[in-house]
Amino acid sequence: MKEFIEGSMAVARGVAVCRPHVVSAYPITPQTHIVEHLSEMVADGDLDSQFINVESEFGAASVVLGAAAAGGRSYSATTSQGLLLMGEVLFNIAGLRLPISITVANRAVSAPINIWNDHSDAMVFRDAGWIMLFAEDNQEVHDMQIQAYKIGENPEIMLPVLVNMDGFILTHAYETVETISQKEADDFLPPFKPEYYLDVNKPITMGVLGDPNYYLETRYSLQEAIDESRDVVKQVAREFKEKFGRWYGDLIDTYRTEDADTVFVAMGSLVGTIKDTVDELRDKGEKVGLLKIRCYRPWPGEEVVESLKNIDNVIVLEKAVSLGASGMMADEIKASLFDTPHRPKISNFFIGLGGRDIPKESLIKVYNQVKEKPQYNQFVDLKPELLEYPS
Amino acid sequence: MAVASTIIYDYLRGKKKFPHVWCPGCGIGITMGALLRAFADLEIDKNDVVMVSGIGCTGRMPVYCDFHTLHTTHGRAIAFATGAKIAKPNMKVIAVCGDGDGLAIGGNHFIHAARRNIDMTVVLVNNKIYGMTGGQYSPTTPHTKLGSTAPHGNVEHPFDVYELTKGAGATYFARGTVYHATLLQSLMKKALSKKGFSVVEVMSNCHTLYGRLNREGSAVKMIEWMKENAVNIKAASRKTPEELEGKVLIGEMLDIERPEYCEQYEALIDQLGGRPKDKPEAEESPEPEEIKK
Ligand code: SF4
Repeated sequence: MKEFIEGSMAVARGVAVCRPHVVSAYPITPQTHIVEHLSEMVADGDLDSQFINVESEFGAASVVLGAAAAGGRSYSATTSQGLLLMGEVLFNIAGLRLPISITVANRAVSAPINIWNDHSDAMVFRDAGWIMLFAEDNQEVHDMQIQAYKIGENPEIMLPVLVNMDGFILTHAYETVETISQKEADDFLPPFKPEYYLDVNKPITMGVLGDPNYYLETRYSLQEAIDESRDVVKQVAREFKEKFGRWYGDLIDTYRTEDADTVFVAMGSLVGTIKDTVDELRDKGEKVGLLKIRCYRPWPGEEVVESLKNIDNVIVLEKAVSLGASGMMADEIKASLFDTPHRPKISNFFIGLGGRDIPKESLIKVYNQVKEKPQYNQFVDLKPELLEYPS
Repeated sequence: MAVASTIIYDYLRGKKKFPHVWCPGCGIGITMGALLRAFADLEIDKNDVVMVSGIGCTGRMPVYCDFHTLHTTHGRAIAFATGAKIAKPNMKVIAVCGDGDGLAIGGNHFIHAARRNIDMTVVLVNNKIYGMTGGQYSPTTPHTKLGSTAPHGNVEHPFDVYELTKGAGATYFARGTVYHATLLQSLMKKALSKKGFSVVEVMSNCHTLYGRLNREGSAVKMIEWMKENAVNIKAASRKTPEELEGKVLIGEMLDIERPEYCEQYEALIDQLGGRPKDKPEAEESPEPEEIKK
């Protein structure tokens, strides 16, 4: 059914048809609407879930961990400081191989206090053992919820998934969304039946001590599972297309790259702005395209290399900085290309931090700069006057 | 008048930070007013005060107050305040929290600071809901009342903040309302003068969310309700439990003596022979005036 709804509602609808047993969260802007919508569905009897508004994000992540350990499909949503506060539990969820899904309404982190969008929150957890997907628009984030459970709950994978959507830009934007019906969802996503869970009739212990004789192997198998999830992400995207007819790419997607000499690389809602910019530049005869990273973890190294094999100039736009190093994604792209014969020039920029607006003009400016010479670690639209100490 | 304008001039960042973000009629403004008047009455130099907050509508208070202010992460005001107090035991340290900030996400810090009986004053603005994020139920939302995450009523039961504070080990607790602004001011004065962990719970109105969701009317109506339903603790002993049903007890409810944390800490150091003599005294950090230059 086509509906004109808020991004947060698109998420809530996408989650609801997955029939989560437990939803737990703590209020934080700009995530809050998602769980408010879910709590309403539960309270109105439209969704048969347990909803609990706990005392902190640390509590919320712990509640969903417990619920999943007991064999329930579980869900939470958060952002920024809330995600950071979940940190300890997020590592535990991955280590325990519990396929929970958490939506992150991406937002900057403190200090200074800032409630607007960038990717600094999620990127902290790139090494936590979670599959990380980034949505471009509200249709994609609606559809990503069911895909997330289908990927994570694959018996070969059993990993949690962070579904990222840009705070405010997507969460608070109204768009027409084709919503998935309960019947369609039930056909696509089987009930959650984990092989191991807490069951009094078949007792097991979860979260035991992994001493030096065992710990290393747990990391090995986590790495193996997340590596193998690449194929599952692709397969689920294909199955989804077959059933629903919608396609957003699998690990990556490309736009107008066929004869391109230059491509932008980005994640999230910025991809939409770039597509418009690419169209505008194409109209002027520029051979430019876009590489969208849809799945950041596992890192789609082979796919990135393949899509850049005829490209001379790569412009990586990132909404987070690895302070003291560089752009995380730019570095990974470079690493992926290191052992290949074709090495394009990689320029990288930090853009839109803390919700700074990203108009097309800024992208065109970036493009023109790169055409002149490659650029490294540049902050787009920096205001030099703000860098001076007030006298 | 003259006094009021001096307070405004001395204690508020009037030129820089106003207008404030609070909804017209919100009780947090009355709370802040009572607190600043308490400071003025006690003639505490504002440069001797550290005001710490977390996040939330109440958490905005240090933005407007011209003390040393530290606006921190959600729930952690009391933990940050503990650090400030230990580093500068001579400073007057206050933490301002809402019910969600102070008792949910920050509840752990609240009880442990009380247990330690560290010298600070916590102003806990209780409007029974998360205001800033849009009206989710909090640990003080009464059972069956509505919140945006409890559209058919809260299934949980609220904290009794007095019992919690007392049980955790604090030495001073008082409750006021934003209707009883002068009483609030005197309770705050008492709390600020108390050596030890002191808490003033302020029953405040969030008409924008709690009031609207629970059909309790405008700010004026909600504050009138406080006028009609608050019972001073001194008068309460003369009333029957039936008469007290649904009432809010206000006034000073706990005032006891226990050793204070920073003093105990210093005493232990003295007992163990004092601080190392050969080391120079920890260097005093520069006074604010010097930083300005
Ligand atoms: S939302 Fe409620 S608590 Fe916040 S400023 Fe408005 S009335 Fe006050």
